Amino acid sequence: MAGKDQINIYPLGDCAVVVEFATQMNNSLYPYITAFTDFIESQPFPGFIECIPSYTSVSVLYDPYAYLQYPSPFQEIKKILLKKIEQLTIDSQSKARHITIPVCYGGEWGPDLSCVAAYHGISEEEVIHIHSSAYYQVYMLGFSPGFPYIGGMPKKISTPRKSTPRLKVPSGSVGIGGEQTGIYPLETPGGWNIIGQTPFTLFQPEHMPPTLLQRGDQVTFVPITQEEFVKIQREEKLKWDF
Amino acid sequence: MGFLVVRPGLLTTIQDTGRMNVGKFGVASGGAMDPYSLRVANLLLGNPQSAPALEITLIGPELVAQRDYWISICGGDLSPTIDGEEIPLWRPVQILKGQSLRFGPCVSGFRGYLAVNGGFSVPSVLKGTGTDLRGKMGGFQGRALGKGDWLPVVNVEQMPRCSFRLGKEWIPHWQESPKIRVIHGAEFSSFTIQSQQDFFTDVFQVTPRSDRMGYRLQARDGSPLLRHLQEDVISSGVVTGTIQVPPDGQPIVLMADCQTVGGYPRIGVVATVDLPKMAQCKPGDYVTFEEITLEEAQDLYIHQERSLRILGMYLEREWRKPSCTQLT
Repeated sequence: MAGKDQINIYPLGDCAVVVEFATQMNNSLYPYITAFTDFIESQPFPGFIECIPSYTSVSVLYDPYAYLQYPSPFQEIKKILLKKIEQLTIDSQSKARHITIPVCYGGEWGPDLSCVAAYHGISEEEVIHIHSSAYYQVYMLGFSPGFPYIGGMPKKISTPRKSTPRLKVPSGSVGIGGEQTGIYPLETPGGWNIIGQTPFTLFQPEHMPPTLLQRGDQVTFVPITQEEFVKIQREEKLKWDF
Repeated sequence: MGFLVVRPGLLTTIQDTGRMNVGKFGVASGGAMDPYSLRVANLLLGNPQSAPALEITLIGPELVAQRDYWISICGGDLSPTIDGEEIPLWRPVQILKGQSLRFGPCVSGFRGYLAVNGGFSVPSVLKGTGTDLRGKMGGFQGRALGKGDWLPVVNVEQMPRCSFRLGKEWIPHWQESPKIRVIHGAEFSSFTIQSQQDFFTDVFQVTPRSDRMGYRLQARDGSPLLRHLQEDVISSGVVTGTIQVPPDGQPIVLMADCQTVGGYPRIGVVATVDLPKMAQCKPGDYVTFEEITLEEAQDLYIHQERSLRILGMYLEREWRKPSCTQLT
């Protein structure tokens, strides 16, 4: 694996380490982080608790009690992880899932669509067209349950966050915050410009996995009408409420 | 059968020892803010240490027992009484059918943990029973207790009598200005030499903008912690106990319900054994930070885990005996 010697392992408190693959954001890191996470999860070491992947690193949580006979549990974990990294092979044939997210843009579903259009001096239709023509990737989930950090939005519609965040953003809202786009899985406060809403349910704690989107998924958005929104929303309800 | 909630208190939630393997979904591990007290409360009753118990914050609830139960209350001292009679903390106590459990002034600490023999009966969500207030899931209907709720208890045969008493060494002494031991964080050296020193010498106050996600602190002299390198930190993993410093220079200690990734520089991480001390601080209290090496923190952690395991084995055996013994 190229660049293995650039990998840095450092402690994050007494029960976790961070395996850092690079210090700069870099799209080519993605397969390394995925391969590492999958490998550790499929062949866990004693005391392993969980992996939390992010843009450039993976946090590995562990129980030091599993290493009580060693002078430094951290040093043991570091040795184990370095050995695992040596054994790591990268599958260049990525098996990314592709997911299409229906979005009802504008109107009451996307109250900030007109602001985004005005900010760039283009029509609302153009914003919709640009947003729904791009290919996106889910880099990680975080911030709140099921919240996807989605990369790949064309810069020509990037729009600064609102100066005053909304106290309530409805679940399913699709927003633009700076150069990122995202979907709010739950009704939470939020400062992104809301351009539309999806009728899909993104977070379902009773299911495993509990999130519609997974790290690594490729995502496209497709515009739908209000009638289609209501119809899909009804079907979603039936799907989860049996 | 269980308890009727006559008054819910300020923030009373079902908690356990937290969820595992959900960080990658953006879900907080959650669980008790002071896991030590919750675990001991459960062990005192012969429960699994992670059994669902109540986390009670500052102002306790009023609960009426629907049958006889053994309960134990650990953690902060919120002056619990049964039918007006004071009851002790850190030992099993019996409440009889129809009796009323109330709480009074907060004498020490901030959060009490109420366990019941058998544990409260709530469904497991994402392999945990703790209440996730942001995700509106887990615990009792994904929310804090409300007036009129019926809190069910797992039906187990309740012991006729028992009187374990924990030795003093098991019972934490909550201070209003505790020293919290901290391991250097990944970005510690990116702070100025002055700020590195200030971090371990300043007194920080817990501000009212503190909750189960994090404690926002304010240096008593108001001076911010500054970095000599101002480059951005790429969002990466954070864990409970991580101390982040946002641009205003006032530290935030991430707690049980914290997010799973963060983008602020990490000046330190609280030693796991000291998280209960932090969790028992209330807004207005002061804390200082004391430097500790990773090796020392892991030694302390292993020592505490070993002690809790021994205590657990001992108490489990005692609960299987037909009558009481004394533990000193």
